[in-house]
Amino acid sequence: MTQRPDYAGQDQSTLFRGNDTSIALKDVKSVRGTPAKQMPAFVLGEELADLAETDDRIVVATADLANSSRTRDFASRHPGRFIDFGIAERNMITAAAGMASCGLIPYVATFASFCGILGAEAIRTDCAYPRMPVRIIGHHSGISMGFYGTSHHSLEDIGMMRTIADLTVVCAADANQLRAILRASVDHPGAMYIRLGRGRDPEVYSEVPADFVFGKATKLRDGRDLTIIATGSEVHASLGAAAALEAEGWSVRVLDMHTIKPLDVEAILSAAAETGAILTVEEHNVLGGLGGAVAEVIAGEFSIPFRRHGIADQYSLIGPPAALYTHYGLDAPGVTKMAREMLARFN
Amino acid sequence: MTSYTRPAHGRNVSEEFLADRAKFIRLETLRLTRIAGAGHYSSTFSAAELFAALYYAHLRFDPGNPKWPDRDRFLLSKGHAAIGLYPVLADLGFYDPALLDSFTRLGSAFGDHPDMKKIPGIDFSSGSLGHGLSVALGMAVAGRIQNRSYRTYCMLGDGELNEGQIWEAAMAAGHFKLRGLVAIVDRNQLSIDGPTEKVMSVEPIHGKFEAFGWDVKRIDGHDFGAILEALDELAPAGEGKPQMIVADTIKGRGVKHMELSLDWHVGNLVGEDFDDAWNEISAGLKPYVREDA
Repeated sequence: MTQRPDYAGQDQSTLFRGNDTSIALKDVKSVRGTPAKQMPAFVLGEELADLAETDDRIVVATADLANSSRTRDFASRHPGRFIDFGIAERNMITAAAGMASCGLIPYVATFASFCGILGAEAIRTDCAYPRMPVRIIGHHSGISMGFYGTSHHSLEDIGMMRTIADLTVVCAADANQLRAILRASVDHPGAMYIRLGRGRDPEVYSEVPADFVFGKATKLRDGRDLTIIATGSEVHASLGAAAALEAEGWSVRVLDMHTIKPLDVEAILSAAAETGAILTVEEHNVLGGLGGAVAEVIAGEFSIPFRRHGIADQYSLIGPPAALYTHYGLDAPGVTKMAREMLARFN
Repeated sequence: MTSYTRPAHGRNVSEEFLADRAKFIRLETLRLTRIAGAGHYSSTFSAAELFAALYYAHLRFDPGNPKWPDRDRFLLSKGHAAIGLYPVLADLGFYDPALLDSFTRLGSAFGDHPDMKKIPGIDFSSGSLGHGLSVALGMAVAGRIQNRSYRTYCMLGDGELNEGQIWEAAMAAGHFKLRGLVAIVDRNQLSIDGPTEKVMSVEPIHGKFEAFGWDVKRIDGHDFGAILEALDELAPAGEGKPQMIVADTIKGRGVKHMELSLDWHVGNLVGEDFDDAWNEISAGLKPYVREDA
């Protein structure tokens, strides 16, 4: 293989440019008290780089967001297998499919709004349909981009992605689960959409879950009166709600439905039969996402109280993320309120 | 049927042989159009000489081992011309030509657009215009990462150049200096609604791609001498400008009344329409003369 010559300032290519750390991340130890190593934003590049140590097939690409996705951490360790496509997301996703057809396993990362929404056709036509093992990582999903506004929000991506056949759709609740997802994804057949939150998601799993399996929901808490089925960023809030409701005398089951597709139908039917009420919680439009998927399962099977909690088919206000989560009831108090109303009404 | 193993670039075949294969491509396109009741025949007629030169004289592949990692890749980004590629792959031994008798029938592997999961020799599925150059870009990147010497060829339609993703891929290919990427534009002058320069102008194609860092040649896409010379002159995969051949062609070439006619893009050919086209193609390609000349 010919080595790339040094173009001495003319060549801005990042492909095979070498170990360019001049714009690498600052070594952030913690953000607002949360250790960096516990936050998804800080483990993505590192975990992929670790996996690539023993797997030549893994390549990573981004669309001018190497810092935001922390894929720069991969680039610094595997410069020959990192490609920055510039601000051209469709090209990145389709090119990744071309790479996958040659035996590589590409992980391509950008904002969820610019892959799960902007790149939807490339994901369907070039990745899922030919069953190429491309892993599309949509980070900063939902309303986590806060004041950047609707162009950068992604409240439709789960709905769009889950209508694509042969595409695995999975949401990471925290850093440890993200590591588990990435490890399990390497040899998983076909294309995959991996949805990440803001990157500062608080810890749900104290260690990398050893029992992680795509399509198998994780029961984080058992209960009798209601099941909260949550995904991604809302798993932590839902656990907080269940704890608050326990203090009020309610027994609430919490399922982490990390895999939206294929959906764990069995876990949903068991929840319906055993707890008699279901609340879904997601940082997504209430149409077409996790709530829609669960509704499709229980419709015709059970006549039970059922609510979908998320964003009510509208565009989000502008604001800091934390303020938005409170406004839309997507924090623990908001989920608690929604669940309490259901419990009070139907019990 | 002749089976070929192509270990290297460039084979000694006569232009007469290639002209016969181009005729075969056009006649098979007519036959398959009749089976399906519809087909993109005129977009295939413009590319017949290009298909023949690429597959019978140039590309590196092994029909007995369609997934050979070191094969050249060929992306038919203008996937609607697959009706002309299927017979070539069958003729070369990738699959039984009799399979084409089921063209477009319920459950057939062979539809209007090619499917890599169903058809040996199809390197990537296509159909949605504007994607192929990005796929080819990815394959060329993979070739560099894996230290393989294959080239990746991508046939684009001229109307397809309207698609924005083409320019994303063109920009990236120039930036990454992927000399192993070869784009061939079938410049057949028409898209569905009219001449490209009236619907959405694409010229100057060579100037645009040169500005994106490509090495561009422009040839007569129905002249085997010119096609073979351009293919022979391609630089090997490596670091340098990606390469483009703009092939000036005539949509519907080979059947006089179809040439550069907006009335013959897709559809069925029955009765005299079929017979006339069949007989005219069988008689051999005549020099092109403009209607108003």
